Amino acid sequence: MEKEIEEHGFSFNRRRFLSSLSLGIGSAALGSLLMPDLLNGDKDNMEDALMAGIPHYAPKAKRVIYLFQNGAPSQQELFDYKPKLHDLRGQEIPPSVLGTQRLTGMTANQSSFPLVDSFVGFKQYGQSGTWISDLLPYTAKIVDELCIVKSMYTEAINHDPALTFLQTGSQQGNRPSMGSWLSYGLGNENKNLPNFTVLLSRGVGNGQGVYSKLWSNGFLDSVHQGVQFSSGEDPVLYLRDPDGLNRTERRDMLDQLAQLNDISYQEFGDPEIAAKIKQYEMAYRMQSAVPEVMDLSKESDDIIKLYGPDCLVPGTYAANCLLARKLSENGVRFVQLYHQGWDQHGNLPFEITKQAMDVDQASAALVTDLKQRGLLDETLVIWGGEFGRTSYTQGTLTADNYGRDHHPRCFTVWMAGGGIKPGMVYGETDELGYNIARNPVHVHDFQATVLHQLGLDHEKLTFKHLGRRYRLTDISGHVVKDILS
Amino acid sequence: MHLKGYRNILLYSLIGIGIIGCKSGSNSSGPHVSLSDRVSYNFDIRPILSDKCFACHGPDENKREAGLRLDVEEDAHRSLKESPGSFALVAGNPAMSEVFKRIMSSDTTLVMPPVNSHLKLSVEEIALIEKWILQGARYEKHWAFVPPQKLTVPEQKSSKWVRNEIDHFILAKQEQIGLKPNPEADKERLLKRVALDLTGLPPGLELMDAFLADNSPDAYDRMVNRLMQSPAYGERMAVHWLDVARYADSHGYQDDGYRTQWPWRDWVIHAFNKNMSYKDFVTWQLAGDLLPNPNKEQLLATGFNRNHKITEEGGVIQEEYRVSYVTDRNDLFGKAFLGFTVECAHCHDHKYDPISQKEYYQLFAFFNNVKEVGIESVIGGPETYAKKPLMEISDRDITELLTFINKPDTNRLIVSVMGDLDTTRATYILERGVYDAHGEQVSPGTPKAILPFASRYPKNRLGLAKWLFDRNNPLTARVYVNQMWQEFFGKGLVKSSGDFGMQGDLPSHPALLDWLAVDFMEHGWDIQRLVKQIVTSATYRQSAEVTTKALNTDPENTYLARSSRYHVDAEHIRDLVLASSGLLVPTVGGPSVKPYQPAGLWEGATSGRGLLSIYEQDKGAKLYRRGMYTLIKRTVPPPTMAIFDASNRDLCEVKRLKTNTPLQALVMMNDPMVLEASRVLAGRLLQENMNTKQRIIKAFRLIVCRQPKEKELDILVTYHQKQMMSINVTQAKEIIQIGEFPLIRKVDQIEQAALMRVINTIYNLEETITKS
Repeated sequence: MEKEIEEHGFSFNRRRFLSSLSLGIGSAALGSLLMPDLLNGDKDNMEDALMAGIPHYAPKAKRVIYLFQNGAPSQQELFDYKPKLHDLRGQEIPPSVLGTQRLTGMTANQSSFPLVDSFVGFKQYGQSGTWISDLLPYTAKIVDELCIVKSMYTEAINHDPALTFLQTGSQQGNRPSMGSWLSYGLGNENKNLPNFTVLLSRGVGNGQGVYSKLWSNGFLDSVHQGVQFSSGEDPVLYLRDPDGLNRTERRDMLDQLAQLNDISYQEFGDPEIAAKIKQYEMAYRMQSAVPEVMDLSKESDDIIKLYGPDCLVPGTYAANCLLARKLSENGVRFVQLYHQGWDQHGNLPFEITKQAMDVDQASAALVTDLKQRGLLDETLVIWGGEFGRTSYTQGTLTADNYGRDHHPRCFTVWMAGGGIKPGMVYGETDELGYNIARNPVHVHDFQATVLHQLGLDHEKLTFKHLGRRYRLTDISGHVVKDILS
Repeated sequence: MHLKGYRNILLYSLIGIGIIGCKSGSNSSGPHVSLSDRVSYNFDIRPILSDKCFACHGPDENKREAGLRLDVEEDAHRSLKESPGSFALVAGNPAMSEVFKRIMSSDTTLVMPPVNSHLKLSVEEIALIEKWILQGARYEKHWAFVPPQKLTVPEQKSSKWVRNEIDHFILAKQEQIGLKPNPEADKERLLKRVALDLTGLPPGLELMDAFLADNSPDAYDRMVNRLMQSPAYGERMAVHWLDVARYADSHGYQDDGYRTQWPWRDWVIHAFNKNMSYKDFVTWQLAGDLLPNPNKEQLLATGFNRNHKITEEGGVIQEEYRVSYVTDRNDLFGKAFLGFTVECAHCHDHKYDPISQKEYYQLFAFFNNVKEVGIESVIGGPETYAKKPLMEISDRDITELLTFINKPDTNRLIVSVMGDLDTTRATYILERGVYDAHGEQVSPGTPKAILPFASRYPKNRLGLAKWLFDRNNPLTARVYVNQMWQEFFGKGLVKSSGDFGMQGDLPSHPALLDWLAVDFMEHGWDIQRLVKQIVTSATYRQSAEVTTKALNTDPENTYLARSSRYHVDAEHIRDLVLASSGLLVPTVGGPSVKPYQPAGLWEGATSGRGLLSIYEQDKGAKLYRRGMYTLIKRTVPPPTMAIFDASNRDLCEVKRLKTNTPLQALVMMNDPMVLEASRVLAGRLLQENMNTKQRIIKAFRLIVCRQPKEKELDILVTYHQKQMMSINVTQAKEIIQIGEFPLIRKVDQIEQAALMRVINTIYNLEETITKS
């Protein structure tokens, strides 16, 4: 009898899986080809198969770490070296360059649009001879590991829609985030940790908020929701047992609970009760696994030196980078960092210097660390913001101060590892750094490329919701084949 | 042309296989029913064509391939544009029908659906299409666009089980597929279910005892009446409506500043409690400002359409955001009232449903005349808590007409409401949906396929409301009745409650849906009457036990041969914990409150500006209010709500997911609210003159709402004894210091800690937060 219920539970779950969690690859026939265990009725194997998910083809990368620079870092001061701006400093941007594209309300009414060059110098680094700003000395050292894309562009001009667009493929909310899509498409490597984790930090620059919808599961099952890890005493919400309850006592409580829940299971035969017992067990395992992974005390001095002393200060970008490496190493599919403070409408030289100091060493350290552990090949690291900044100044241009407004027409991101070509620069902007001159990469192209590296076809990774098959890349997107190694 | 396996397919269809009956789209999970003699276009064929063909051969003129349109009968039977003399469909002759030839083709350049679409037809689907062509390839109007008719209630032999009309329909279907309904749930479980469903609160000991002792035949009906008269009824009903209306306490977007839209929420509770008809309820919300001599209550109701997000981010483009607000209203109107995904026609003609982009903007025109701007002010003080058009609510209003508003102080109170310009703002088709890409100018109108806009109606929101409640509107009543069904059974008769279109699920019980819809209209759109019909049906009153057979035949419980089990809404989980422990402060309405929340959530995500950048937790009574009063800051919604599947209130939602995750387990184990409730209840029980066993029984009854079984009690009593032996005084002090509710000092600390642990275990039972 017990076995029968189990089997029917299985058939219920399988059906549910195939209907509501279907990977969009359509038929059960294809599913059974890729997931033989799923259909031969072995319950434990089936769960493993579910955990492992279905790649569409051989993946290059297994995991992603996305270092989101929230607020939109200025490409002119960091990666996109434009000596011509130096020559034209203070002159009006030519109308032919400015074009007719909309500007934000912050500068649309400016009577003049004087060009401004970077206050900081650039040098060439690495075998590739790539130009990198003096603000990023550590990044400069790993330039041969990076693929720098200078021709990203987006459709949104304000932070909220632009962030939402980059993370979910749509400017409106309510769609699943990139990490949720990957969790849905690829399943879990580690049964004791959430598959999609989020880490927040903040610099001293002009701040823009982040929103939990950026790591929302949208219409996908909430197991794919991003779980925020924080630096407080509760690294995951409600993880810590209350005062006065030790692990043995928690175990004992859960044993009583399982017995009691099993009584209801015997009465109702509802497979959801069995699932609930399992979720409590998973919660229990998370209670030990998460603090273990958060514990930085066992990291060697070399590692601390590599990431910089800030990595021992919980909640900093450096600490989050180190944590990202640990989570990723433990099989977390998607680690999403947000570092706030990149919105330099004014006072740019001062603020961006601070911001760059916050992130430069640790970002580079993460790449170096992954490489020395042999993990860089299977981990895709991404660094970038939600749009770029204008080549003309916002507000008054003085001898040593200026600002830059939002600019969706071009911005720079870099990627490393995960089967992306190292030591290359892709795409080009015009000599004023205002429009893309070569190889434009739309946000959907970028997303399609990320999914591709994980073995997922962005047109096949769909979920049918309210009559429509939704995908991360909405209705467009091409894999940028030129940057694949 | 080579037709692979054609003969086999024919053979298949003669034997008669296939998954039909009430199947939903292509991924039915319903039971297998043998292929009926007559293939139904609406139930068998359109779901296939819609899902696999219409994207390229459907309503969207710009994406139509080869000039072939398969969603309109005349077009599909007409000679093909690209090969005159050939026909997509030849009645009675699959071999001559290009549709069939192409789906059977082994040539990858010819086969349909095309290889690059990643879509595929199953053998069963091909067999159905073939049989349909053999039977003449006739079309039917989409079921949801035909006004509902009240069919005769199917008579049942076994009338013992049946209690009202609903049951006749349900039983008829079950008999067709060989299922038998469960008997009535035991009284304790039934009372818990109906109390949670009608009030969002557990029944409590007094009601439980009264109901258990009452053996009169109408005991249940009287209990239903009693629960519906409680003010908590309006609160419970409001929760779903707040999701529909995307109600929140912040403006959303970048800075996400505070707003005072809560008086509108108080009105919703009030409207449900006084049982306003659905027609008035919706008409006031859509067009209260346009009613003749509107009073302040009618004006307040229109806050509904101003609950959307409003930006306060400096530097945005006015028109872009103004257009996005109108878009939000328009999409909500489609989803909430028509069950129609109109938003797909925002950028192009709808790919599946008969709504053109032009019709989208005709509907848009109704909402495009509001006296509003894209950004009125950046984040700031009280003057920014509502945006124009707005109304002021004076203290005098509260004593006169708006008595239901729980205004705690004498501060100025403003609410964003609707109000139109004196002149008409021109509406254009927006090419690709881009706010400034003006195309053809349009005037207000409604999608023709649903119901043309009668000339007698004024061309404004009031006219739109009249159109919505026109007896010939095929959708309004069906959509609401279905949403209510979903609220009480976990899913709608149409599972995709936000999509009644071609891609939506077909109704599992079409005749019942129509009967309920017509009955609802015939009885003045009376919501309480509808709710009562549902909860007094035998279908609702069944037990939740799952027999192996039922689980096998109907895993998703489409045929309702048992009661569905699922966790109650996030808000009501909180309510249940607070009410059962005696902590609940049952005040109705008022400004939203800030109970315990893990530190740093707002601070870590904020731009640093405005009233909501730092979470200042409330004190005292405000810690113990019902879940629906917890302040919703859109960018950082209350975490336990999100974990238990509540809406983030970004956009209109008509259905919540029901999930089961480890984070939910962590909340029930470690949320200070649950722990504090456990501690307080333990302290209270220890002050009563009873023994441990009696205390545990009482706690169990308060929380799980039934007597524990012997076995359950044994486990809990043993657990308690173990705690009594192992907890020392120091540890006990630590255990019971949780929460701000004053500690009961008279009782022994070790006893309190031990009983608290037992109670916390009871709160963690699966059954506790489950309707079963």
